[in-house]
Amino acid sequence: MNHSILFSILIFAPLLGFFFNGFRFKSKDYKLAGSVAIGAMLLSFISSLLLVFDLIGMDPLQRKISFHLFNWINVGDFNANASFVLDPISAIMILVITGVGTLIHLFSVGYMSHDERPTKYFAYLNFFIFNMLLLVLGDNLLVMFVGWEGVGLCSYLLIGFWFDDAEKAAAGMKAFITNRIGDAGFLLGIFFLFMNFGTVEFSELISRMPESPEALWSSPIHLACLFLFIGAMGKSAQIPLYVWLPDAMAGPTPVSALIHAATMVTAGVYMIVRLNGVFIMAPNVMMLIATIGALTAVFAASIGLTQWDIKKVLAYSTVSQLGYMFLGVGVGAFMPAMFHLMTHAFFKALMFLGSGSVIHAMDGEQDMRKMGGLRKIMPITSFTFTLGWLAIIGMPPFAGFFSKDEILWQSLTSTQGHWVLWVLGVIGAVLTAFYMTRLMSLVFWGDSRVPKETHPHESPISMTIPLMVLGALSVVGGWIGIPHVISAVLPGHPPNVLHHWLETSLVAVPLKHFPVVMEWAIMGISVGLAGVSAWLAYDFYISHKDRPAKIAAKCSRPYQLIYNKYWVDEFYFSKIINPLIDISKGFWEYVDVCIIDNITYKLSDFVQSMSRGFKKLQNGQLQQYGFYVFIGLVVILSYVIVGS
Amino acid sequence: MLLSLITFLPVVFALMIWFSGSNEKALKQMAIAFTLIEFALSLLLFRYYDPSVATLQLVEQHTWVSQMGVSYFMGLDGISFWLVILTTFLTPITLLGSWTAVKSKTKGFLVCMLLLETSMIGTFLAMDAILFYVFFEVSLIPMYFLVGIWGGANRLYATMKFFIYTMFGSVFMLLAIIFMMFMAQSQLGFMSASLLDFYKLEIPFVAETFFSTQTLLFFAFSLAFAIKVPTFPFHTWLPDAHVQAPTPGSVILAGVMLKMGTYGFLRFVIPMFPQATEHWAWVLLALAVVGIIYGALVAMVQTDMKKLVAYSSVSHMGYVLLGLFALNTLGITGAIYQMLNHGISTGALFLLVGMVYERTHTREISNYGGLAGYAPIFSILFVIVTMSSIAVPMTNGFIGEFLILQGTFLAKKEFVFFAVTGVVLAAAYMLWMVKRVFFGKMGKVVQEFKDKNESLDINAREFAVMLPLIIMIFWMGLFPGTILKWSDTSVKHLVNNISKYELVIHKNSEANKSLYSKNDKLNIKEKIN
Repeated sequence: MNHSILFSILIFAPLLGFFFNGFRFKSKDYKLAGSVAIGAMLLSFISSLLLVFDLIGMDPLQRKISFHLFNWINVGDFNANASFVLDPISAIMILVITGVGTLIHLFSVGYMSHDERPTKYFAYLNFFIFNMLLLVLGDNLLVMFVGWEGVGLCSYLLIGFWFDDAEKAAAGMKAFITNRIGDAGFLLGIFFLFMNFGTVEFSELISRMPESPEALWSSPIHLACLFLFIGAMGKSAQIPLYVWLPDAMAGPTPVSALIHAATMVTAGVYMIVRLNGVFIMAPNVMMLIATIGALTAVFAASIGLTQWDIKKVLAYSTVSQLGYMFLGVGVGAFMPAMFHLMTHAFFKALMFLGSGSVIHAMDGEQDMRKMGGLRKIMPITSFTFTLGWLAIIGMPPFAGFFSKDEILWQSLTSTQGHWVLWVLGVIGAVLTAFYMTRLMSLVFWGDSRVPKETHPHESPISMTIPLMVLGALSVVGGWIGIPHVISAVLPGHPPNVLHHWLETSLVAVPLKHFPVVMEWAIMGISVGLAGVSAWLAYDFYISHKDRPAKIAAKCSRPYQLIYNKYWVDEFYFSKIINPLIDISKGFWEYVDVCIIDNITYKLSDFVQSMSRGFKKLQNGQLQQYGFYVFIGLVVILSYVIVGS
Repeated sequence: MLLSLITFLPVVFALMIWFSGSNEKALKQMAIAFTLIEFALSLLLFRYYDPSVATLQLVEQHTWVSQMGVSYFMGLDGISFWLVILTTFLTPITLLGSWTAVKSKTKGFLVCMLLLETSMIGTFLAMDAILFYVFFEVSLIPMYFLVGIWGGANRLYATMKFFIYTMFGSVFMLLAIIFMMFMAQSQLGFMSASLLDFYKLEIPFVAETFFSTQTLLFFAFSLAFAIKVPTFPFHTWLPDAHVQAPTPGSVILAGVMLKMGTYGFLRFVIPMFPQATEHWAWVLLALAVVGIIYGALVAMVQTDMKKLVAYSSVSHMGYVLLGLFALNTLGITGAIYQMLNHGISTGALFLLVGMVYERTHTREISNYGGLAGYAPIFSILFVIVTMSSIAVPMTNGFIGEFLILQGTFLAKKEFVFFAVTGVVLAAAYMLWMVKRVFFGKMGKVVQEFKDKNESLDINAREFAVMLPLIIMIFWMGLFPGTILKWSDTSVKHLVNNISKYELVIHKNSEANKSLYSKNDKLNIKEKIN
């Protein structure tokens, strides 16, 4: 079929779904709303499949399908059009967005069946997909920014979906405002790039890059990349702007799966990969990105160790996994970062939906201390969740193993890498294995701690199908990127499909040479340590249940520090937000009311007192008025005479 | 004739209303019909204005005070084009929006609104400095009455403040205009108040001192316009005026009257005093940035919805000023766009606040909460307008803000690093208000209405009021090209010739004049009757 038609269906089917549901938002018919939304998603998914098939058929060096919709902003030299481009990088994204998106829409029908506003929910969800597609398909920074802010808006609306609860509304607001800090950075990045290269279009921009990387922090590309990275920090929840993501769990769980795990939060990674030709010119910023990524990976994972809310654990886990992706792009491992982005979308969406299934079964309970032993009651959820668990802790041959291992390997061997980054990455992996096993033990294994009044049950088929599909993907999803050392010993030597697919779109960062044994050893270390850590967690939470509490009591200070998330939120409030509000009040009450207004009062008093003086001149005596007229005439005449 | 017709038709209408009966409903219907006719008439500009050339078009010139070179001189170019349309577009919307807001002395109110329309359009079309001054000042009078008669409890204080502030600035402008008229006499050989002649003047400029002629004139005009905009620190009249003004007063004040200030900068200050502008731009850029941040911060801590929107105006108009003094195509285009955006989105916000105020008689944010559950359509509209106000892409606000910031970045990037904080703060103050008013548990007032089982949501009339604004929000966000093509050439002409700006009268102006034969005029009059 014609590419323009496919492109239109891909992008506009979700938008039409949004309009359909948006205009009848008061309806409570969740089946109709859901069917329309899923139908739109399916259309979108099928057209993206067809487009990607066409892309596969093309010459690898010219894999690109463009779609021009209309001229958008054309002012002076500035041109940004509503144009889209599908290339190998965005192809991966649209498949994830529409594919995982469809599954999550399907899951939502069951999950939102008791809700009061299902139509509105599906409208927002479709609108989100539309914006996400704009973000990944835009052929210039401005269209990307439209999607960038658009997904933020949808995230705001969906986090605060149950707006009657002030706390949830506040979480939405926090997400939007924190993201806006990032967006301001993104804008500055655009300004820098346009000022120095005169374009905002990706392909043009990359073709105008200098020959060799810049060295100085103050050089324009460095500054541009730095500000763009601030944008990525906001959207992809990296230190120090990660604080909104854990709170974002206030939204419905499928939203957490779709927006806050699989798609939107990876936008920052995607943006950097999309601009890899630009970022590679700024090695210092790359180093910063890798460092922030590695630190976030460890930091967030450590908080995940102590949380009791199942969604909070997954949220911190997401922040941590995003950290890995940034570690990847930071060392120039763009392909592994995209790879991890994809596998993470599978297994994290799976686990969020799994947690949704659990929460649904538990009548909304999210505290893991009130769960346990659900394995017997919810076999499908439990089984698929186990697959996700194995994937995230990086057990071979599950999906997460291949992608995470590739990032760790390149963080060590890339010319931009460093062994410290690798060590941080391994620590993160160890922590991940621990908190995820802890979650499994508390929720699915061991004895039941479910309160008597709740009667958990396995979820309906519309909710388990997505789980099963995502479960399968969490197993096989990694096989498209099997590293060379492994494929060499496998029968048939399966090729690294993903590597070949992305090769032409990415700048290759040279790797230092290490012997093959070393690669096996590195792999063994991370897998081994993760395994030990998982076993330890099992031991703690199943075999010796009193140990965690004892350790927490013994090291109460560090435990409290971590349990309270390092007091970061409190710090932001007491040191930034509250002072800002106090200053603003000061401005209003002091500067506006006291200073400026008082000056004007003084001025008007002065004028009034002067006018009192003038009033005396108007005393009603005609002789005196005549005198004024005379004086006036003299002045005018003398002016005329002297003037001529 | 077209421009005069557009300008003075509302006066004719005002007289007709004045001499009509006293049936309030009929009067209101009449007024809305009149302003719609006026709007339709202004749409003729799309037909007779040629956007491909940067000339002054549809010109009308008649001597007025010949000894002093003052003439009745009207003309249209790309800079004034949209402001005229904005005025004629907002007036019927405002009237329909205030259908129930104004309960007493309806006739007087309608007359004031129509006279206001004339004075605003006149301000944008006048090409003679004295004529401009007259319209600029005359617009104060109907506004004075609007706030003073139909305003809130503390209206007299607010009107006096508003009046004195503006008059104070205008005095300097008048002095400057007179000075320039004399200057025209010495340089051109005849006294003139025509802007086209003003553009030709060679005004002495010495960079080192503040007391050079051009600098002094620059600041005299700037002061008048800065107060009108209003720019920090001359803004304190605005919150008071807005809080006391009735809804239609606020809408017109924010929607159109503030633009007289920014328009003045663009029409007078920048082209007439190019060297002073270049040299002193940093002062206005700095004030603009301070205004953006200060307005946003103070808006954040307001407890009254209307006052919050008023302070947000200070912030938004700061962007306009920033873009103007970027002195490049992107900045000035963005500034013009932002003027329209602000007219639409802030106008819409005042209308929405007015709608809920009419029902509840309170604007205190803390009295609300949970409105989204009880007034869903109102809430959806409010959130859409909020998004426009905080410049989310695909709405009009984004185009303006982006162009302004990008333009300023190209010219003076140090200011942009501060100005972008406004992007964050705008989200903070608007969404915080949205959260407190619409989300959370039902507040006192909302609960009261729910107990009484009375609706708080908007009715069909109010929806009809909002609809054109919402359409414009998205239209301008998606298809800015359709808007900008009418102002592009004029802006480019200004930017390219900024140090030696000249504006010529369109050659076919005479022909244009004859386009409107007496028959046309009669037809229009018949329609009116």
